[in-house]
Amino acid sequence: MKYMPLQASTFGEDWDLVWNFVLWSSIISCIILIGGMIYFIFRYQRKTDKDKTAYITHNTFAEFLWSFIPLVVFMGIAAWGWEVYKDMRTFPTDALEVNVTAQKWAWNMTYSNGRTLTGKLVVPVGKPVTILLTSKDVIHSFFIPSFRVKQDAVPGRRSKLWFQATREGNYHLFCTEYCGMNHSGMLGTVSVVAQADFDAFMAENPNAEVSPIELGKQLYQQQACIGCHTTDGKPLVGPSFQGIFGKSVKIKGGGTVTADENYIRESILNPAAKIVEGFPENQMPVYQGALNEDQITALIEFIKAQK
Amino acid sequence: MSTVSSGHTHAHHFESSQHEHKAGIHGVWLFLVTEILMFSGLFVAYAIFKGVYPEVFHEGHRYLDWRLGALNTVILLFSSLTMALSIHYIRVNKPKAAMINLLITIACGLGFMIVKYIEYNAKFHHGLYPGHFFTAHEHIEHKNLALFFSLYFCMTGLHGIHVLTGMGLIGWVAIRLKKGEFGPHHYTAVEGVGLFWHLVDLIWIYLFPLLYLVS
Amino acid sequence: MAHEHSTDYLHHGKGLWSWLTTLDHKRIGLMYMIAILTFFFFGGIFALLIRLELMHPGTQFMSPTVYNQVMTLHGTMMVFMVIIPGIPAFLGNFVLPIHLGAKDVAFPRLNLFSWYIFIAGALIAASAVVFGGVDTGWTFYTPYSIQTYKGTVFMVLGAFVMGFSSILTGLNFIVTVHKLRAPGMTMNRVPLFIWSIYSTAIIQVLATPVLAITLLLLVMERTLGIGFFDASLGGDPVLFQHFFWFYSHPAVYIMILPAMGIISELVVTFSRKVVFGYTAIAYSSIGIAAVSFLVWGHHMFVSGQSEFAGKIFSFITMLVGVPTAIKMFNWVSTMYKGSIRMDSPMLFAVGFMFLFAIGGVTGIFLATLSIDVHLHDTYFVVAHFHYVMVGGTLMALMGGIYYWFPKMFGKMFNETLARITFALIFLGFNITFFPQFIAGVQGMPRRYQDYIPEYEWLNRISTIGSWLIGAGFLLVLYVLIQGLRKGKPAGPNPWGAKTLEWTIPSPPPHENFTTTPVVSGGPYEYR
Repeated sequence: MKYMPLQASTFGEDWDLVWNFVLWSSIISCIILIGGMIYFIFRYQRKTDKDKTAYITHNTFAEFLWSFIPLVVFMGIAAWGWEVYKDMRTFPTDALEVNVTAQKWAWNMTYSNGRTLTGKLVVPVGKPVTILLTSKDVIHSFFIPSFRVKQDAVPGRRSKLWFQATREGNYHLFCTEYCGMNHSGMLGTVSVVAQADFDAFMAENPNAEVSPIELGKQLYQQQACIGCHTTDGKPLVGPSFQGIFGKSVKIKGGGTVTADENYIRESILNPAAKIVEGFPENQMPVYQGALNEDQITALIEFIKAQK
Repeated sequence: MSTVSSGHTHAHHFESSQHEHKAGIHGVWLFLVTEILMFSGLFVAYAIFKGVYPEVFHEGHRYLDWRLGALNTVILLFSSLTMALSIHYIRVNKPKAAMINLLITIACGLGFMIVKYIEYNAKFHHGLYPGHFFTAHEHIEHKNLALFFSLYFCMTGLHGIHVLTGMGLIGWVAIRLKKGEFGPHHYTAVEGVGLFWHLVDLIWIYLFPLLYLVS
Repeated sequence: MAHEHSTDYLHHGKGLWSWLTTLDHKRIGLMYMIAILTFFFFGGIFALLIRLELMHPGTQFMSPTVYNQVMTLHGTMMVFMVIIPGIPAFLGNFVLPIHLGAKDVAFPRLNLFSWYIFIAGALIAASAVVFGGVDTGWTFYTPYSIQTYKGTVFMVLGAFVMGFSSILTGLNFIVTVHKLRAPGMTMNRVPLFIWSIYSTAIIQVLATPVLAITLLLLVMERTLGIGFFDASLGGDPVLFQHFFWFYSHPAVYIMILPAMGIISELVVTFSRKVVFGYTAIAYSSIGIAAVSFLVWGHHMFVSGQSEFAGKIFSFITMLVGVPTAIKMFNWVSTMYKGSIRMDSPMLFAVGFMFLFAIGGVTGIFLATLSIDVHLHDTYFVVAHFHYVMVGGTLMALMGGIYYWFPKMFGKMFNETLARITFALIFLGFNITFFPQFIAGVQGMPRRYQDYIPEYEWLNRISTIGSWLIGAGFLLVLYVLIQGLRKGKPAGPNPWGAKTLEWTIPSPPPHENFTTTPVVSGGPYEYR
């Protein structure tokens, strides 16, 4: 059985070399230490309660050896680890850049031509790709096990990582920095495709000529509304969208409000303004500035359609 | 060796009251180390944010009145002197003089807090509250000025709590002094409180230039 | 001589009140034991619940909201209420003054006060559950901890308060070691347990205040919005991580150093042989304590700190491995040509060395920059620190409890059952946590309530192992209670040990020593 995930990036080979060296030197030192210990346990078993033992207080040479040899090995490992890490942090200039914005609980990818995707990253094989990371709310971490890369997405900061995929296929994308309720659901797929397929992907423009409801539905998925608001009536983190439009709802802190266009609009732009009773505060990101007028309208149309 | 000349007994696990005194002072010094490290967290935060936003700190310090800060520095320095004097008078067996000096020290602490109150009030009046409560957004030049005032209130606030604690402790030793519990060979508590008070003074000596005299 | 010296400490003063107001370090130690074992019980229940939920992918019986809170409670309780105070406050309190030939710690009232602070802190922390819950994980990372449930403030305040208990205990121990050693007890004659507790105390005194201010700032951030850790107000969320780990990495050594001290005692006693390389073991404790302050950045290799900082932290972190290796090799060398008996405390000591060796070398993996990029925040890290904290600290604590139990209560426990507890815990532990290394290498992130089906078989093995550990600890409870009620008299020195606590009756008299001992040689003179 293979215990390592597939290596599918240019880092894989070097990384696995360091890994194997550390692994085998660890196994050898554990065998020496634990093996010696177990051997002594049997070899020097107590015979009588009056056993005399050797009076050995120390041995400077032996102690020097088992501090100096580990020191050299550890420093060697650190230096090698640094060499590989340096490659990971030396950014190629000709890379394809993709902006990735993390939010509770979704990954939003934006390509240079404005194409956006949620939860799915499409990259060409054999070409360096730089991921520019940031976060809308809390710290997340972008992790592709098969590429051996990981970097935190921090609000108010822009961090980056790069990789070059070596095989086509679909790979897991995980969030590895705890980010609240749906942390374990903040998954994505990295799709590595041939250059020609990638060019075709970039040429598509799915946003052209779609109905507002259809656009709203896409946004509902892309902006991760789907993580908290269902369309089947089941309340999750936030109220379900089913039948919500036009209904009168109770507000936290007293009072009711009719869920009309204005209320929905306000709730998208500034969610904290009026929280529906029974739901937690501070869970939804603020979309002020993140969506344009058309998009908000489309979302409202979509919510209207959820009868 | 169970009792010493002053008539005070020592705890059963010490050899002599001198032994107990040494251990006590040792403990106080260690405690002061922890205090310094606690404040060091704030000093590090100060250094980092000053490095990132020097202009904010420059603007911030103009809202602080260095004369009031200097006055407080003088008050605290003087109170450190009276604190030291009171220990001296206990050692030479002059409890009355020691008591007067302790009371002056408390009065200085009170004076310090009054000046602080005046300063805080002036800040609040201009809406210069810490963090979220900061309301003076219209008049300021740099948008992260609130950060400076967060630091200002955290640092001087924590220091102020220490001044109040110190005053309470000095009051406690004053009461014990009145009861005749201290003598030339038995003054561990006074010396310990004295050391604490000097530390409170020392921290202010760092806070004053850092906050009031930025440029 | 029919005065108070003849009564043992358990019967010196009767009733609950005499315990709650006691200044006797031995009684305070036992009071810590009761508190810590209670918290351990709850922390353990939470651990079993976590494993049960993770047995299969998808939601079994805990929604993500509940799971995250249970995971947080498990972490915070085990770290702040069990493992940090576990050995120093409980065994340290009981053993340290006797080891030194002293009648008590330097400041007995402060010692009792520390216990009350600890309990108060624990109650404040526990009240978080009532006041809105807490789901941040034990690390309280900003900005998440600023935005989530209100209960977070209580948990953070509780940890803050418990920190003071830790500081004051450390301070007390340092002064005790400096000022209350018996005549002739020079620093190179104190037992190695003292050296490790002493190094721990240094960390407690130097690092915990930084945690205190960090947690205080976090509370301020939540209540006043001071903005230090909030990007929208000009602050920096990552600054919190620096502050937090500046304490919490040394805290890792607060957890492990006392355990190493216990192992030194156990290996020597059950090998009936002078310790190999006393000086090296003693100074390596101090060495670990010193280096511990310079390695915090290795928790943040992918947080966006500069590559240069990462490089420095990686190299310094490697240095921790050296004193650790010295200790391990010196313990094994102590066994060489010894007269070894595998009584239950020694079983736990050997178990410690086995598990700690694995925990230690996996630390080297994580200290290696490029490897850590892949392993950071995966189950590999979870397995690594459980190997160190449970396989290390808890194994040593168990060994220490069995070792000093006859001294504490004057009675022996059932040895056969005690060995069975070892077998259960040791096996269960490896079955639970070894698969997590593999899950981590394959990329399973930590703090996940749900996972992709590929990881199911590993998680299933892990969950089954957790039941063995649970059964092992329940049996420990039975062994201890049975020993307490029906144990045979232990006599002053059941293990044939050489340190001072075994020269006085079991249980010890109220004042430890009727006459102050005079020390004329090293602690482990088996000739």
